[in-house]
Amino acid sequence: MKITTTRTQPKEVLKDASMMKQKEMMATHYDRLANAEANGDKVASTFVPGNLNELIMCFDLVNNLPEVNAIQSGLRRQSGAYVMEAEKAGHSEDVCTYVKSDIGMMAKGNIGPNGKKLPDPDVLLLSYTGCFTFMKWFELLREQYKCETIFLQTPYMADGKITPNMIEYMVKQLKEDVIPKLEKVSGVKFDIDRLREYLKKSAKAEDDLVYILQSGKRKPSPIDAYFGGIYYIGPIFGAFRGTDDAIDYYGFLREEVDQRIAGGLGPVTPDGPMGEERYRLVVEGPPNYTNFRQFWKMFYEEGAVVVASSYTKVGGTYDFGFRHDPDRPLETLAEYCLGVYTNRSLPMRVEMLTNYVNEYEADGLLINSIKSCNSFSAGQLLIMREVEKRTGKPAAFIETDLVDPRYFSAANVKNRLESYFQMVEQKRSGAKKGVAA
Amino acid sequence: MSEQTSTDIVERCQTLYEDLNFSAARQWKDAEAGRKVIGYMPVYIPREIIHAAGMLPLGVLGGGDQLEVIHGDAYYQSYICRIPRSTIELGVSGRLDFVDGMLFPSICDVIRNLSGMWKMMFPGVYAKYFDVPQTYEDEIGGKFYKQEMAELLRDLEELAGRKVSEASLRKSIQVYNVNRQMVRKLYALRAQKPWQVPAAEAYLVLRAGLVLPVEEHTTLIEDYLAAVEAENRPIRDNCRVIVTGMFCEQPPLNLIKSLELSGCYVVDDDLLLITRWLIGDVPLDGDPLHNLSQAFLHQSECTAAKYQPNLEEKGQYLVRAVQRTGAEGVIFASPSFCDPALLDRPMLQNILKAAGIPYIAFKYAENSGQMQPIREQAGTFADSIKLWSAA
Repeated sequence: MKITTTRTQPKEVLKDASMMKQKEMMATHYDRLANAEANGDKVASTFVPGNLNELIMCFDLVNNLPEVNAIQSGLRRQSGAYVMEAEKAGHSEDVCTYVKSDIGMMAKGNIGPNGKKLPDPDVLLLSYTGCFTFMKWFELLREQYKCETIFLQTPYMADGKITPNMIEYMVKQLKEDVIPKLEKVSGVKFDIDRLREYLKKSAKAEDDLVYILQSGKRKPSPIDAYFGGIYYIGPIFGAFRGTDDAIDYYGFLREEVDQRIAGGLGPVTPDGPMGEERYRLVVEGPPNYTNFRQFWKMFYEEGAVVVASSYTKVGGTYDFGFRHDPDRPLETLAEYCLGVYTNRSLPMRVEMLTNYVNEYEADGLLINSIKSCNSFSAGQLLIMREVEKRTGKPAAFIETDLVDPRYFSAANVKNRLESYFQMVEQKRSGAKKGVAA
Repeated sequence: MSEQTSTDIVERCQTLYEDLNFSAARQWKDAEAGRKVIGYMPVYIPREIIHAAGMLPLGVLGGGDQLEVIHGDAYYQSYICRIPRSTIELGVSGRLDFVDGMLFPSICDVIRNLSGMWKMMFPGVYAKYFDVPQTYEDEIGGKFYKQEMAELLRDLEELAGRKVSEASLRKSIQVYNVNRQMVRKLYALRAQKPWQVPAAEAYLVLRAGLVLPVEEHTTLIEDYLAAVEAENRPIRDNCRVIVTGMFCEQPPLNLIKSLELSGCYVVDDDLLLITRWLIGDVPLDGDPLHNLSQAFLHQSECTAAKYQPNLEEKGQYLVRAVQRTGAEGVIFASPSFCDPALLDRPMLQNILKAAGIPYIAFKYAENSGQMQPIREQAGTFADSIKLWSAA
């Protein structure tokens, strides 16, 4: 008897309208990148932390972000092969998998998430901000592309504050080196008023972003500030900050969030609206992208929502008051770079996470430690203990990786999470008994 | 000049190297009331400033293979290198309880983050992340760096309870100029006659300079050079190699010895770069901080943690070192999980390939115990150079 099997169709993932909007923006952007050469557009590659998108737009350059490309490769489960390709070519198994995914993708034809070839950059804007690996990443790309490479150093906020020396250093670099070189590459004269216009738009979008992120303080939280947060930060951290598109997206998203608040609803997940909110978490560290949905599901199926996260500040920290300021255009670009999460000292990070656990009334802190990211990971065990001490709330620690699927062990992660949720329950019932007594 | 033999000197240096209680530095501090000791990690800080403040700069390079890390491992995941965990071990075990300050140079994210950890773990101890420019224009990176040094100086003045004069700074620059001259002499002799200056001995002699007062170290190098020049050491049929990648987490001494035992003369390396980071003499006239800044920008060594703005120049320091020392190959020895060394390695290897210079690569940790695989790999490399070199 012939046995036929019917392949089960994957369940259609429910998406927010804002997610659809973002998908459209990303598709347009990747098309623009793919057609850059044909359209006579020049391309600048840069990094998410320290992404001077407003400045790049002043020169009519199309912004290509290799980290975002690596994320897209991870989400599409292509990065594993790229990482191994890079390792075959001599890159160490110990180093950043974003870099290896990028190098491997280049080796395999540099095909972007839309199936079309990504363009060679005309300029590498090496924004050396919050991560040592960035320096080497763009040295590697420079070796490959032999194009103009512009270096901008963001001093580290080791003492928890921005000093005049830091601002002066960055503004000088921008004035005397970065801008003249961008002019040369693009053939476009720098117009500071044009930059001011973009910065004004950035500030508008940032207001809405902060409103959205801070809605996590509500109970139930209408957003997931980690998994959902990856979608929310896309436009502001990527090629859209300073554009009308970003203003529209965040205005749109804010309305959606308001609707959910009015309805007393939790966040939307790939499986539909989340049920009862049982656990409120603050998460530190980037997510895993290769098993993103599976990872997220481990949270929402337990009723766990992330109310605040540090990763949603990796491309800019806006929820402590900073806005791009058109009245001080170059100084504000410097302040933006200095304030990104990975450029903050460890004491600053502890303070931020403690603040989140308290202000957002979280049940505790979860750290997702990324194997190949020293910038985030080195010191996280101390961060965990310190936040526990200051908040009295339990913390948990799991280990995965950005885009190397070999370092995501679903069973291990799920096991740790389940134990953590049980611990939170026990602490709660212990606290209730204490109150009753 | 002393009557000591090279054996006497190296034995003393080995004792200093193995002493994880830093007795020599403690004795220096106890000898006079009010003295202070400032620890620093790799790769480079301007020790002249510490010296001018009347303080002893103390190189802290982790605990090596002699230190069992018990507490330090609780601070780091398995995929972080060993130097920060053994440095924390030194701290929490009280071995650094006499140190009045710690400096963390900008070399990588692990050491960068360690600076913040140190502030939280030892709140009563002065701790500073020492940022350096990666841009080399005088009025941009130079100005930033001068300001960074001025901040360090102000902090040390506060710690010392007194001002540091420009004259003191110039004096300290002069003292370190002389020390660097001696280090360069040591390296030059080793490159010329590596059988007279075994790499393990050179390392111990150099490393002593991280715990002794600089004046004493200069004399020690002088004495060692005089002693080895007077000795008749057998020449071996070794090939000449440069070892690179060891600029932060240190290899076990046995690893350096193993390379020599396997048939290699190490004619140059990037161990303890602080001893010769500034290539020439720093001028003594004019503004001392300005001079130190100029020296850093324009007359300093290359390493993975330092940006090279010129693509054509990338890695050429290694090619020039091969040419200068008559090296026949390069050994990339990188600590496990070391971002600077491991990310830089493929680019440097491409440059060597283009220049027709053979190389091998391996990883180590500061507490690596198994030397056999390294001896085999280095030995095979040495044999292949001898068998198949153009000579």
